[in-house]
Amino acid sequence: MTHLYTTPEAEMNAYNFAYLDEQTKRMIRRAILKGLAIPGYQVPFASREMPMPYGWGTGGVQVSAAVLMPEDTLKVIDQGADDTTNAVSIRKFFEKTAGIATTEQTTKASVIQTRHRIPEAALSEGQILVYQVPIPEPLRFLEPSEVETRKMHSLEEYGLMHVKLYEDISRHGAIATAYAYPVKVEERYVMDPSPIPKFDNPKMEMAAIQLFGAGREQRIYAIPPYTQVVSLDFDDFPFEASKADHACDLCGADDSYLDEVIMDDKGTRMFVCSDTDYCAARRHAGHVGAQGIPEKESVI
Amino acid sequence: MYVAVKGGERAIDNAHAWLAEERRGDQAVSELSIEQIRNQLTLAVNRVMAEGSLFDPDLAALAIKQSRGDMIEAIFLMRAYRTTLPRFGYSRPIETANMACDRRVSATFKDVPGGQILGPTFDYTHRLLDFALAAEGEVPEAPTVTAASERIPHVAEFLNQEGLIQTETPSEAVPPDLTREPLELPADRALRLQSLTRGDEGFVLGMAYSTQRGYARNHAFVGELRIGTVDVEMDIPELGFAIDIGEIEVTECETVNQFTGSKTEPPQFTRGYGLVFGQSERKSISMALVDRALRWKELGEDNLGAPAQDEEFVLYHCDNIQATGFLEHIKLPHYVDFQSELELIRKLRREALETVAGQVPNVAEAAE
Repeated sequence: MTHLYTTPEAEMNAYNFAYLDEQTKRMIRRAILKGLAIPGYQVPFASREMPMPYGWGTGGVQVSAAVLMPEDTLKVIDQGADDTTNAVSIRKFFEKTAGIATTEQTTKASVIQTRHRIPEAALSEGQILVYQVPIPEPLRFLEPSEVETRKMHSLEEYGLMHVKLYEDISRHGAIATAYAYPVKVEERYVMDPSPIPKFDNPKMEMAAIQLFGAGREQRIYAIPPYTQVVSLDFDDFPFEASKADHACDLCGADDSYLDEVIMDDKGTRMFVCSDTDYCAARRHAGHVGAQGIPEKESVI
Repeated sequence: MYVAVKGGERAIDNAHAWLAEERRGDQAVSELSIEQIRNQLTLAVNRVMAEGSLFDPDLAALAIKQSRGDMIEAIFLMRAYRTTLPRFGYSRPIETANMACDRRVSATFKDVPGGQILGPTFDYTHRLLDFALAAEGEVPEAPTVTAASERIPHVAEFLNQEGLIQTETPSEAVPPDLTREPLELPADRALRLQSLTRGDEGFVLGMAYSTQRGYARNHAFVGELRIGTVDVEMDIPELGFAIDIGEIEVTECETVNQFTGSKTEPPQFTRGYGLVFGQSERKSISMALVDRALRWKELGEDNLGAPAQDEEFVLYHCDNIQATGFLEHIKLPHYVDFQSELELIRKLRREALETVAGQVPNVAEAAE
């Protein structure tokens, strides 16, 4: 019965650095290394139950826990923002269990855990971007069986995916996939980029390491720096990275992905950067959008 | 002036504080103790231990208290705690033939050596609300007899003596560990059983029920259902022999199922098997039926395309912690994805409307 009554401090001290025990981290690191060696290939790993629910980033959290070192600086975003509730919750988890430094600035982070976005600022060598992945299998909604889809990957049998894209065009006149848009990595594996908007797809050819963790589905995959990542398309229907046809109303950026915010019950819309750090940095540098006010005034 | 939504951190802290208050409820009512939950909500405790894969009634009771009685939340707490525990080793297989039975019934024979022991069952109670319970009266003492000391043999063994039931071949292979290795298919029977015993009671029940209603029907008799305590033994390398490290309560169910035989095998009964922590009858019977349905390939039966025959379907969907997490994650913000869908649907509609307008000109004027 003694184990029932411990203090919160004793409870946290009972956990290893970044929560997971070293054996588990070792197992995850092996999966990550294998993933990096075979870019885009989904490596099965013995995902652990984490103290947050499956589907809420347990894969990303396990990958982050395995790569974090005490000297790291962590940034956590959800939908591009540092202040969304689940990003706050995950950041707090690592502050508590790893005691590492955290930041909201993309350029200052050594590890960035993300859900649904790639930051606007280009990432550099030495940074690691960790994605939370709900369904790692790009073929899942075409073929529900895991046994079958693994076979399709090993035979490089991606005809079904091309048929799906073709059917989209014949029905809608365009490829009707707006996020989680499938990519092909180094001309071999078709990969799910996680549910990022297709606007972010071209950024995946980057200098940083990209790691993908799917906890519930027990899969890890990876893209090493400077790896070729091509969004699937046809010659006559080329891939197009799209975003709302506006500029950010706060900072005036016309190159960033935008959130649409409903302002009143008449349906007035406003468009603002989804990447909150990018937007704040621009405003700090003096950029002002159509409905923004200069930062100096807003501080007063 | 629009200010981007801030304050997620404070909102979370406040939500947790409110949750704690709601969990406690009216302060004028005395607080539930772990002891009370463990002793008086035993079957809830059992379910949390079974699906949490951790035999610890105190922790299960705590989890139930902390989760405000939400069983899946309590199971989740147990699982999350369990993963952090170091592994000292694996116990020897428990010997259910040596079980000290509280309950032991067979539906296939009127009487069997060792006898039919009803035990503490709801089976023949009339489901009438007992308003006397609301008054919190004393419980009359149940009559007792001295338990028979001899070993109670398994019923299926009597059928086996005549060769009427298929023999389970013993194996020395080390069973896989679902909690330490990723689930890979095809799964052997040990792995399937491991997954089913911690699977959601409702899901396993539904799957089992579907086999009774004709989706891969294979009529099952409860050959035996036994509930009681068994010793857990573990080999201690320093000692060179096994010692008892404790005892646990389990429910074991073995079903006897029809089998028509094949070209090479004469007709013979087959088995389904269920074993669950604590007194968990519904779960262990369900488990045995689903186990039997999943054995179609090994027993040379046809794949009828029934859900309960599809191991990928059953094993990938029976875990309620995985299921509830993924289901509930759709309440998390998805506005970035939704935004990309909004743009796409606006574009598709614009193009479609332009096409329609181009094909049928002056529709509005003609109507006038």
